[in-house]
Amino acid sequence: MVTTTAELAEDEDGRARFDALIAADQRIEPRDWMPDKYRRTLVRQISQHAHSEIIGMQPEANWITRAPSLKRKAILMAKVQDEAGHGLYLYAAAQTLGISREEMTAQLIEGRARYSSIFNYHTPTWADMGAIGWLVDGAAICNQVPLCRASYGPYGRAMVRICKEESFHQRQGFEILYELSHGTPEQKQMAQDAVDRWYWPSLMMFGPSDDASPNSAQSMAWNIKRFSNDELRQRFVGMCVPQFEALGLECPDKDLRYDEETGTWITGEIDWDEFAAVLDGRGPANAARLRHRREAHDDGAWVREAAAEYARKQHDSERVAV
Amino acid sequence: MPTPGETGTEAWPLWEVFVRANRGLSHVHAGSLHAPDEAMALRNARDLYTRRSEGVSIWVVPAAAITTSDPDAKGAFFESPAGKNYRHAVYYTRAEGVKHL
Ligand SMILES: [Fe+2]
Ligand SMILES: [Fe+2]
Repeated sequence: MVTTTAELAEDEDGRARFDALIAADQRIEPRDWMPDKYRRTLVRQISQHAHSEIIGMQPEANWITRAPSLKRKAILMAKVQDEAGHGLYLYAAAQTLGISREEMTAQLIEGRARYSSIFNYHTPTWADMGAIGWLVDGAAICNQVPLCRASYGPYGRAMVRICKEESFHQRQGFEILYELSHGTPEQKQMAQDAVDRWYWPSLMMFGPSDDASPNSAQSMAWNIKRFSNDELRQRFVGMCVPQFEALGLECPDKDLRYDEETGTWITGEIDWDEFAAVLDGRGPANAARLRHRREAHDDGAWVREAAAEYARKQHDSERVAV
Repeated sequence: MPTPGETGTEAWPLWEVFVRANRGLSHVHAGSLHAPDEAMALRNARDLYTRRSEGVSIWVVPAAAITTSDPDAKGAFFESPAGKNYRHAVYYTRAEGVKHL
């Protein structure tokens, strides 16, 4: 592509303004000039985040028809509906950067996009609904609260809305586990098993450790990311410790210790090979998740077409009437 | 200049959603969504933005119908406030100590 002198001057102007806004910790809005790499980073991060919310409905939807009571069923439906909403807020934020919904959906169902590896695990028991709410939504909150201040305006605003809704998700999960751990020995064991299944994958949600996370520095320089993966992970673990106690359940990390000197929690070894494998498509449910999403998209095609056609007809008949 | 998110490649048009939280308050911008027509836009806005009784009334406006000031026109469109602090009450000091003023 040939760049004219005028375009170049405009870029320099735009870049100066962009740099000044970032330095002043101000927000970047959709029509502001932004570096190509900033735009691409955001499109990738926001769309992956949106995909995670959408795919994340599946492991929990698995239990809607089998929830132990009408109340729990209503709660679970409300939570899953929230996650759909989160996906939509985030898709809309990504769309302000110039990518279309169709393209993002295509990337997801053709397996070209990533989503959080946590949703590629199965949910064999009701206690998994508790563990997901408590640990998975809990870890997500830890990640998402700092994102409310992300430098890209539409992303930050979507995160504010999402964070407001997440705290109910975590609490209802905690409550499910609490009821089970204070129930029969079998119920308590079921709660412990679910926590054992979800604890380590939840820690992996924060991403690779800092020395293995090459893009983090740039994202932090752009004020997209505010804390490193390890910092957030440690913060999360610290919050979980007293919560384990309140639940009367055991933390599966037997090497977990508090470091008096740094005032942080040091976790045992995280199985990064497992993380890499699941991210690479070799987790327990990767194929099932994508297949289900693809089928839902295909099955819904006639609804989308009918709605568009109806809108077109209404539009045409209005024109005739005038 | 197109509204962000309103691109030719989208199957459905973009709508901006405004929600009135309570009687007596203004409609405030809540977010946006894509929908084939205004009826669907309203329904989707209800489901997306008022799941916890955040509103008693919703407006949906086609984003294409919104005219925006140009952010690149830096300062030219918005008059400089410099030297115009007489537009604010605190500029006037003679009333200090005098009640109800
Ligand atoms: Fe969510
Ligand atoms: Fe959630």
